[in-house]
Amino acid sequence: MLAVLGANPMTGYAALLDGAFGGAKNLANSALKAMPLLLVGVGITIAFRAGVINIGGEGQIIAGAILSTLFVLGFPDVPSFILLPLTFLVGAMGGAIWGGMAGVLKSYARVNEILSTIMLNIIAVQILNLLLRGPLMDPGEIVKGSRIPHTERLSGNADLPILPGGTRLHLGVLVAVLMAVACYFLLFRTTQGLRLRAVGHNPFASRYAGMSVKRNVVLAFMYSGAMCGMAGVTLVFGSEGHRLATDGGATTFTGAAGFNGIVAALFGGLHPLWTIPASFLFGALLVGANAMQRAVQVPAALILALNGLVVVFVVGSMYARTRLARTASESREQGEGSDSRSPERSGDPEPRNPP
Amino acid sequence: MRPATAGAPLLELEGITKRFPGVVANDRVDFDVRPGEVHTLLGENGAGKSTLMKILYGLYQADEGEIRLRGEPVTIESPSDAIEQGIGMIHQHFMLVPTLTVAENVALGLPSGRRLMQDLSPVQQRIRELSEIYGLAVDPDAYIWQLAVGERQRVEIMKAIYRDVSLLILDEPTSVLTPAEVEDLFVTLRQMTDGGRGLVFISHKLHEVMSLSDRITVLRGGRVTGRTVPSETSREQLAHMMVGREVRLAPNRSESDVADARLAISALEVLGDRGTPAVTGFDLEVRSGEVVGIAGVSGNGQRELAEALAGLRPVASGTVVMNGVDTTTKTPKEIRRLGVSYIPEERMRDGAIGEFSVAENLILTSHDLPPTSRRGFLNFKEIETGCSDLVRRFTVKTPSLETPTSNLSGGNIQKLIIARELSGEPEVLIASQPTRGVDIGAAEYIHTVLMDQRAGGIAILLISEDLDEVIGLSDRIAVMFEGRIMGTLGQEEATVQRLGLLMAGVSEGEE
Ligand SMILES: Nc1ncnc2c1ncn2[C@@H]1O[C@H](COP(=O)(O)OP(=O)(O)OP(=O)(O)O)[C@@H](O)[C@H]1O
Ligand SMILES: [Mg+2]
Repeated sequence: MLAVLGANPMTGYAALLDGAFGGAKNLANSALKAMPLLLVGVGITIAFRAGVINIGGEGQIIAGAILSTLFVLGFPDVPSFILLPLTFLVGAMGGAIWGGMAGVLKSYARVNEILSTIMLNIIAVQILNLLLRGPLMDPGEIVKGSRIPHTERLSGNADLPILPGGTRLHLGVLVAVLMAVACYFLLFRTTQGLRLRAVGHNPFASRYAGMSVKRNVVLAFMYSGAMCGMAGVTLVFGSEGHRLATDGGATTFTGAAGFNGIVAALFGGLHPLWTIPASFLFGALLVGANAMQRAVQVPAALILALNGLVVVFVVGSMYARTRLARTASESREQGEGSDSRSPERSGDPEPRNPP
Repeated sequence: MRPATAGAPLLELEGITKRFPGVVANDRVDFDVRPGEVHTLLGENGAGKSTLMKILYGLYQADEGEIRLRGEPVTIESPSDAIEQGIGMIHQHFMLVPTLTVAENVALGLPSGRRLMQDLSPVQQRIRELSEIYGLAVDPDAYIWQLAVGERQRVEIMKAIYRDVSLLILDEPTSVLTPAEVEDLFVTLRQMTDGGRGLVFISHKLHEVMSLSDRITVLRGGRVTGRTVPSETSREQLAHMMVGREVRLAPNRSESDVADARLAISALEVLGDRGTPAVTGFDLEVRSGEVVGIAGVSGNGQRELAEALAGLRPVASGTVVMNGVDTTTKTPKEIRRLGVSYIPEERMRDGAIGEFSVAENLILTSHDLPPTSRRGFLNFKEIETGCSDLVRRFTVKTPSLETPTSNLSGGNIQKLIIARELSGEPEVLIASQPTRGVDIGAAEYIHTVLMDQRAGGIAILLISEDLDEVIGLSDRIAVMFEGRIMGTLGQEEATVQRLGLLMAGVSEGEE
């Protein structure tokens, strides 16, 4: 396909591979790109496992970023080893609140979560732009009169420390991997995780067993949002400018991580641990696409579209395969399992299966 | 019995072997069906009956062996192949789409059903005609989710008749039916065989097997262990062939001390799915050490009653007091914590999560209590020992505790649920159709367990359509009809005839 665009495919892909994996520096860049994808992907995984779809990663990232930025602006002088954990916590809270709203809307007002999360994304972007053009704008920009919409350089105490090894890798990458492992434990080792998965698979049986489907849907969104909020923290405090910024458009500083994370999660088979390599590959793809653009002068967007197709095929075939395996096994005794989940039961919350 | 029809078999299965991880579900099984006969497949839970039939229906592929239809070797790769060859199957668990109407479900998968827009009126018309001919009462316009299990089953049969199958597989069709419904079904089935169709029948109820079958094949552990015809055998002998040991067919009742009321229902009114009253003016008391049976044709409010007691369905008016606490408006969890267990009627919907492992389902209701978990973390060592113990005590046949529950045979899923519900040492047990679909060996065990629990002082509300079971286990029997109690009989005075009249809505005075 590259050939059609008048570029040498060989050079192109060589550049992509080299840009993504060639040398420690490029590997580190891929890992940095993967970091928010991993956090979001893990969050998405929790939601999917609980039977809800969280398209609101973007909004939750922004909510986490704003809240943690406000926090650091308020307490710039707290020593680093206290400030950093608290910043992550506050960011997680921001995301959890934003995600939780979608959960509450779904559970208690029967608002479809796809609709509400998309709306919440739009609202978050607007709030971000408002804040950065107004109260949060860097005072220096106002003095200079250039009025670039970003905050001042945030307290150095909240900078994510660079990891030893001479690359740009910072603490955020470790946090992301740690959270993936933590979420694995949450989902498969705790009672809360059991409830989330139970509700995702079969709301009827969950209710029968004494679980509150509504409550668990809200919780799933909060956990999911918390992960995305932490992604927001890594994106602000691990950025080169160490500030919260916006381009005024719809994707702002997130680089669409809120959406790409969904792909990473699906690519990782909705398993928190598999999401780690899946995000890394996807991050590498994004980095490699830029290198390829430089090498063969094909717009990165186009390369991304091509690679997006590859991802769709991979995920699609995986999905088809698991789906086939599932139908085969379900159609034995369990055939009615999926059929009988009719939402018509009076007063029941809408059941849904992860696709 | 009618003479076995001469001529070429309609269907021959030869040397069928099917292996699953950890089990050989079918081991070189030979089986055939001649036109116009009912060939029964008998065997314990997990013997491999459903597996064999699913191979025939194209849901599974055999590892070895041959399938011949009318003498011709065939490969059946999917249910649509099977349907094309004129094979129909009524599954142990129904395969209907609850959000569609009866007519839509029947039309579903028909060649013309693939069109986006479809005029259903000819389908509805034909359904009405067929229900006349076969005496199958189904309303083509009703939604599946509104129907009781017995009614759903008639829809399944209607689907098969509509498609005009020449071979129909019925996997435990009667486990959800009342005796009267079973009689009607058998009339319908006989009508089908008289037309030259062949039937494969699977049931755990030996009297049904004796009355309907032309031939009987017994499976045990995936292997054919016996073939016979009803005229040359007896229920006891069949039971022995299935289980490999003597089985007591009637439960053993002992004396038990009846004490204070554990469950008191007064003036209960509950609405059904359609918003109309399903239970009205219902009063009942169950004391500790007592089994009170609820008999009745399915769809007369039993499901709604059980769900209301378990907190799964709102109570419209009236009160429920359990263990001295008013539970009328309590949540399912609060009710469970009061020592109330519930064996639900629809095991795959309410009772278990198919995707969960056997262990996860066994701890589903107690996962947040010690010792299963501590401070929110699951205690896998404890779970492992506790679950292996339950699996052993209740003879749940599973390759491992990690096996997905949907891979178990139907009867074993039921045993799993019962194991879980009795593991918490309840004070009140609501048991809906506790032995539906389980083999006679397991039913015997479940009955023994229920009797032990009764002797141990728990109060049991037994909702069952199996009259032998209700009479055998209950101290008192209330018959439910259209949401009310038609009459209550003591254990000694209860007979199938008297119960049958009450179930039909004829009160004692009117006889
Ligand atoms: N898809 C599957 N994966 C793994 N094991 C399976 C699968 N299907 C069936 N089995 C196993 O094969 C054996 C036979 O199961 P099958 O469902 O055929 O039993 P059955 O005779 O129909 O029992 P029941 O009377 O309880 O319905 C069981 O041990 C079951 O656990
Ligand atoms: Mg079976």
